[in-house]
Amino acid sequence: MAIRGVLRIGEVALRVLDMAAARRHYADYIGLIEVPVADTAQVYFKAWDEHDHHSLVLREAASPGLDYFAFKVFDDATLNQLTQRVEEAGLTVEHLPAGTYPHSGRRVQFELPGGHLMQLYAEKERTGNTLPTRNPGVLPDEGVVRGMRVSRLDHVLLAGPRLAESTQFFTEVLDFDLGEELIDNDSGMQLATFLCCSNKPHDIAFVLRNEPGGFHHVSFHLDSVADVYHAGDIMGKHNISVEVGPTRHGITRGATIYFYDPSGNRNEVFSGGYIHYPDLLPLTWDTTQLGHAAFAIDNQPRPSFFNVVT
Amino acid sequence: MRFEVLMADTAERFLCEPHQSVLDSMERLNRQDIPVGCRGGGCGVCKVQITHGEYLRRRMSRAHISAADEVAGIGLACCVIPLTNLTLSVVVGPNVPPPQLGAREHS
Ligand code: FES
Ligand SMILES: [Fe+2]
Repeated sequence: MAIRGVLRIGEVALRVLDMAAARRHYADYIGLIEVPVADTAQVYFKAWDEHDHHSLVLREAASPGLDYFAFKVFDDATLNQLTQRVEEAGLTVEHLPAGTYPHSGRRVQFELPGGHLMQLYAEKERTGNTLPTRNPGVLPDEGVVRGMRVSRLDHVLLAGPRLAESTQFFTEVLDFDLGEELIDNDSGMQLATFLCCSNKPHDIAFVLRNEPGGFHHVSFHLDSVADVYHAGDIMGKHNISVEVGPTRHGITRGATIYFYDPSGNRNEVFSGGYIHYPDLLPLTWDTTQLGHAAFAIDNQPRPSFFNVVT
Repeated sequence: MRFEVLMADTAERFLCEPHQSVLDSMERLNRQDIPVGCRGGGCGVCKVQITHGEYLRRRMSRAHISAADEVAGIGLACCVIPLTNLTLSVVVGPNVPPPQLGAREHS
């Protein structure tokens, strides 16, 4: 089926400890474009190849982590249908009128079983990717693509309890497919799930953790594996805190580097992976292959994958 | 000036580079006295109790270090910059499970 329900992750709102350091990290190093918004303490960014007004929102606070994340849906009618289904699933839905968030249409907000605030919206001001829509060409002006050259948000990974319920909510209420899962080999219990609403190998993922509301990472898309190494060169040059990589995930087959912003929020640059279709069977990895599932080149699991969240 | 860190529990000692955090200096020496996470004061994995010495603190997540913790000498090693020799020990708090490969759902 053509993509007509939930389209993609369109907004991630993070808290940071120090905005000056965060600006340097997300704008100068990662290469996001800061977009001005009047009368707000938040700072807004977009990646160059995103067409909507902004996709990353930062707020200075006493502790880092995730405020909320938002998926864009196809249109207003879709938003109505999905809102009804979320309410029927028993979640409390908060209706946020147009203008509650800058340059944005109305949104609905609800809390997932794992303690994360999620929003759905159909409209955000389209500002384009600097190329025209008629005879767009292929190359933006010098300086538009910069830093790590990330082109767009790719996915988020969230940590929390009640993983099976969050996963079921996405598959049954929001029509995502379960792309892959990591299960405990002894008990069969799901430890991590990877969910698709598009042709990507994942659009959102969850990892099991006792404390609710944990933020594991936000991932930015790169066009090529060579760009992953270029991003790594920028991390080395500017002493960015790197957790692991460049390597390849077994799950999703994407090339990756995990790194941290100056407040300890994990970021990822991600490229490749296979094309997902809704008729594919879910892929299951178990803990006998934990290292290969996580990092498929050295096959070494990192305890920090489960322990380090904001 | 370089200052020495004494790990109270193991009696291990290492030297800190000027203006570097305790965690940065430890990593530079390829040591593993203190668990390493984000290195940015966000995850709480590197929590330590400092019992002797003076130090500067970079901003640390309030989710892991309360104002009372700060007064009590509890800090995040990635945000602690020695001004004298320090004595400290690793704190494994309720939010910081010891390294483990899998997590278990609690009921
Ligand atoms: S390593 Fe994350 S708070 Fe120090
Ligand atoms: Fe990822």
